[in-house]
Amino acid sequence: MKRYTISIFTENFIGLLNRVSIIFTRRHLNIESITASESEVKDVYRYTIVLTTTEEQVLKVVRQLEKIVDVLKAFYHTDEETIFQEIALYKIRTSSLSQSNAEQLVRKHNARVLSLAEDFTVLEKTGYKEDTQAFLEDLASVGVLEFARSGRVAITKPMKELAAYLGELEHLN
Amino acid sequence: MKTITLEKKEQLQALNVSGAEAIVKILLEEQVATIFGYPGGAIMPVYDALYGYKDKINHVLSRHEQGAIHAAQGYARVSGKTGVCLATSGPGATNLITGLADALIDSTPLVCITGQVHSSLLGTDAFQETDVVGISMPVTKWNCQVTKAADIPKALAKAFYIAASGRPGPVLVDITKDAQFELFDLLYTPCTYLRSYVPTPRLDNRQIEAAAALINKAKKPFVLVGQGVILANAEQELKTFLEKIGAPAAWTVLGLSAMPTDHFLNVGMLGMHGNYAPNVKTNECDVLIAVGMRFDDRVTGNLDYYAKQAKVIHLEIDPSEIGKNVATDVAVLGDAKESLKALTTMVEANDHNEWVQSFRALEKVENDKVMQAQLYPTQEQLSMAEVVRIVSELTHQEAILVTDVGQHQMVASRYFKFNNSKSNVTSGGLGTMGFALPAALGAQIGQPERTVVAFIGDGGFQMTLQELGTIKQENAQVKIIILNNNFLGMVRQWQELFFDKRYSETEISSPDYVQLSAAYGIAGKRVAMRDNLKAAIAEMLAHDGAYLLEVMVAKEGNVFPMIPTGASVSDIRLV
Ligand SMILES: Cc1ncc(C[n+]2csc(CCOP(=O)(O)OP(=O)(O)O)c2C)c(N)n1
Repeated sequence: MKRYTISIFTENFIGLLNRVSIIFTRRHLNIESITASESEVKDVYRYTIVLTTTEEQVLKVVRQLEKIVDVLKAFYHTDEETIFQEIALYKIRTSSLSQSNAEQLVRKHNARVLSLAEDFTVLEKTGYKEDTQAFLEDLASVGVLEFARSGRVAITKPMKELAAYLGELEHLN
Repeated sequence: MKTITLEKKEQLQALNVSGAEAIVKILLEEQVATIFGYPGGAIMPVYDALYGYKDKINHVLSRHEQGAIHAAQGYARVSGKTGVCLATSGPGATNLITGLADALIDSTPLVCITGQVHSSLLGTDAFQETDVVGISMPVTKWNCQVTKAADIPKALAKAFYIAASGRPGPVLVDITKDAQFELFDLLYTPCTYLRSYVPTPRLDNRQIEAAAALINKAKKPFVLVGQGVILANAEQELKTFLEKIGAPAAWTVLGLSAMPTDHFLNVGMLGMHGNYAPNVKTNECDVLIAVGMRFDDRVTGNLDYYAKQAKVIHLEIDPSEIGKNVATDVAVLGDAKESLKALTTMVEANDHNEWVQSFRALEKVENDKVMQAQLYPTQEQLSMAEVVRIVSELTHQEAILVTDVGQHQMVASRYFKFNNSKSNVTSGGLGTMGFALPAALGAQIGQPERTVVAFIGDGGFQMTLQELGTIKQENAQVKIIILNNNFLGMVRQWQELFFDKRYSETEISSPDYVQLSAAYGIAGKRVAMRDNLKAAIAEMLAHDGAYLLEVMVAKEGNVFPMIPTGASVSDIRLV
């Protein structure tokens, strides 16, 4: 078992995310995180899905994904082949900022203050899940009112430009 | 939509038409002559439009939407055309689901159009509103919802293209009632290209070369034939290929009829109730050449003991099938017709007579131990196999065989003989009881000149028997044979073999089928004696019109050979 990042490039149609997720649920695969956004090519959407499984499974899943009519291309990569990042937001009581170790924690974890209001403060930290998790655990002593972490956004090292793949696809038809 | 390129075909144009009329005009443009359906509130505008085109489009009114879609499947399977289905929202659409699942797993091209509530009501639990796109998503190759008349042409163009191209499958277009009413200027161009969709992978010469190299070295090559051959119209290419390399070939249930039964290289059926030789020899061959088949578990038995000694070559149009169940040494991606043609030019002519004869030896074992007693029983009770044999003989192997699901299906697949392709219609992947009666109607409409014989169990018949009404109304000449064993036979067989004969809920009663068919205005007869059997079958075949023949067969007959679940193909049991 290994952690894989699947990048799926799709047309922008309603319901596609549902079709994509069915492929995972049918095989009883747990999606660890998912993000979706427009890619560098206009009208082409990119889903980034993280899961832990075997290479055999992930290969079969990617083939099933590519079989979806409105999916342009799907790839999978290991963590080593990927540059990725997550963002996490932490809401704490502004009054607790003055606690002795709060500043230390913010410095130690390289977090930053995103918003400061009279009653609460929002801190932001980007990094790997392990990093944002460590900060969360350290902040527990100060008291975390709310916490949210994004899915993984990922850029893959060995990938050709999407435009090149689109060109190849045009060629195939 | 920029993803659709224009074909050099004339465009269809009409000013100020309703969405509903546009749908009908588009069906005509797509050469649809027959549709199967059932009306209701949300699809009424389309039915109203159809009223004006009665002379151009034949609408078959089923008695249940499941009947409509199975009929469309039968139609598609024998004609090679796309089956078209029409249903209303809510229950009309949900009644299509079994047929969609069946068509998806058996790669049958269908376009289903469902009416949907007014777009302003979507998501409000309005009367007869169901999330049809959501429900049908896992059982369609593609689907979409249309809420504006102007979007109808693109959606239907895509639907027809996707259903029939590449590995075929069912698609569904859900169209709101307001879109059907809305007036717009119709411009229709068939779809021939989508940038995100590669229906047929391009042949790769390196793959062909690698496959040919393996085949040329093979001492014991063995070919497995699936429905992909039929869908690609590659029967002739298959025959040429087989005869050149001199390899024996066996078929899956859906590959049945792709090659004539009597061809000297045809060694029978694969799988759980297939023939002895091809199952045993799967674990002896040195090169396994699978053509347009997907290594279903009913074919492979236990994968841990499946053809481990062989190099596997897989000719397949769907890349996701490669290595899905069986590790492949050489994948040849592409349309079976093209792949076989290319491969045939690269392989050396060969003759593996000794190897072929080794199949014949096992065939003799099966014949002596199983087949003779089934085909020519000496016991008093009739066997399913003898009925199948006589029908096959009296139709001179020219008939279209339609089967339901159960023992009779396996027996018919084993013993019915074929001269022509596209002559076998059955629910293979899903195993849908109730499939045969409506599918036979569709097959008859798809091939009106041919004899269509449906073998159905007493259980499965009672699942969709209402379609007798449709058969009568359409004057379809379907020959229906109920093989009545008073049991849900296949399940009973498993209970006998694996559950200590605890016949839990498998004894099933029947109505008087002869009276029932008479009530529908369909001729019928019941036979229970061997002496009357052949004459009754001859009478049925000679009858001008539909006919129902109920044959009382042995109650506790079993289908053998059999690969028990979890066993290897080569551990197939003869008794
Ligand atoms: C819709 C559906 N329900 C249940 C089954 C499970 N099943 C498979 S074969 C079979 C028995 C079929 O009995 P019958 O139609 O009498 O045919 P026979 O096996 O006796 O030839 C059953 C219940 C099925 N395949 N399809």
